[in-house]
Amino acid sequence: MSEDTPIDSETLSAAVVGGSGFTGGELLRLLAGHPNFEIAQATSRSYDNKTVGSVHPNLRGLDLRFSSPEDLDSVDVLFAATPHGVSMGKIDEFFEHADTVVDLSADFRLNTEAQYEEYYDGHSAPKYLDRSVYALPELTREALPGADLIASGGCNATATILGLKPLFDADILGGSEDIVVDVKVGSSEGGAGGGPASSHPERSGIVRPYAPIGHRHEAEIEQFLGLSVSFTVHAVDMIRGASATCHVFPDGPVSKGDLWKAYRGSYEDEPFMRLVAGGGGVYRYPEPKAVAGTNYGEVGFELDPSNKRIVVFSAIDNMMKGSAGQAIHGANVALGLEETAGLDFIGLHPVGAP
Amino acid sequence: MSEAECVECGAELSLHDDLEAGEIIDCGTCGAELEVIDTAPPVLDRAPELEEDWGE
Repeated sequence: MSEDTPIDSETLSAAVVGGSGFTGGELLRLLAGHPNFEIAQATSRSYDNKTVGSVHPNLRGLDLRFSSPEDLDSVDVLFAATPHGVSMGKIDEFFEHADTVVDLSADFRLNTEAQYEEYYDGHSAPKYLDRSVYALPELTREALPGADLIASGGCNATATILGLKPLFDADILGGSEDIVVDVKVGSSEGGAGGGPASSHPERSGIVRPYAPIGHRHEAEIEQFLGLSVSFTVHAVDMIRGASATCHVFPDGPVSKGDLWKAYRGSYEDEPFMRLVAGGGGVYRYPEPKAVAGTNYGEVGFELDPSNKRIVVFSAIDNMMKGSAGQAIHGANVALGLEETAGLDFIGLHPVGAP
Repeated sequence: MSEAECVECGAELSLHDDLEAGEIIDCGTCGAELEVIDTAPPVLDRAPELEEDWGE
């Protein structure tokens, strides 16, 4: 434990419910290296009593076996990495066993039951929706301290919101503009379960529009940015990564200086945001493989005066900044821990397809 | 060590002591390549870009 950790005498116990999935594995990886957490339990119905390392080979060094989700230990913080719809059914039970619940599914991201009726299959525990706080500190840093129900954001929504937010912060956009968002995502977004469309022969080499319209993450984007966006998602041949390209048509003229002022203003002091817009070198705009395995988000932009368009780019690792990393980051802020604790990996270069 | 403002993004740049006119430096914030036009006081401008066929 580092000497500059604010509450360095405190170690919090953590459980990961749904620990055998991809984001469950990422949570376990991050918690294993976190100075303020010790892993008390990882549950998996499918792998009960198997070692964590048998499922996540990078975690073979952990002396930990999966246990049944029916036998929850009492811990300080429970992280739920279960499919959508599970946490809302178990939230009372989770709070019987933990002071703080961090949920990686969509179950507590939206504010109202009506949004769940519109975008999902309704909600069975709507009384918790007022209590939950979205985990993305770049968006909710003021609301997170003391929060006991934290909802980690959707990966595609996170990439989009991070890219567009500075334009709203700086009043370059007001909420009535047309915005077209095109997201490319890796196969890990589909989860460890997969399906026929995720098998290697089918998925290899594709550029598949898997959600041409009506993606559920539009709900989160609209909730936080205050306008609906035209949103299309492609599955591409990556494993990790979400790359959002946003075509923005502002009402009035905007200069490059306005854009730099906006993006620096929003993100210059953020520990996990990197600005990448033009400049020199090989990587001139956000690149998913430059953030693979990290909690960093890259955002950048280009101005297209002849078409009165701003092109905004953002890149995240969908399992990190778009899920497990965001969950740890949000929990750090909520619990008063060092904000960057456990999230210090800055990526690899060069690296192959992540 | 002196400082100057990046003409691309407006961030403060720390300049090294033996700065020379004509030298190309890059901004740590936005990555822009900047040409040193003058050294006392330091004056920077965007460096001419090498054209690349990024669309090929």
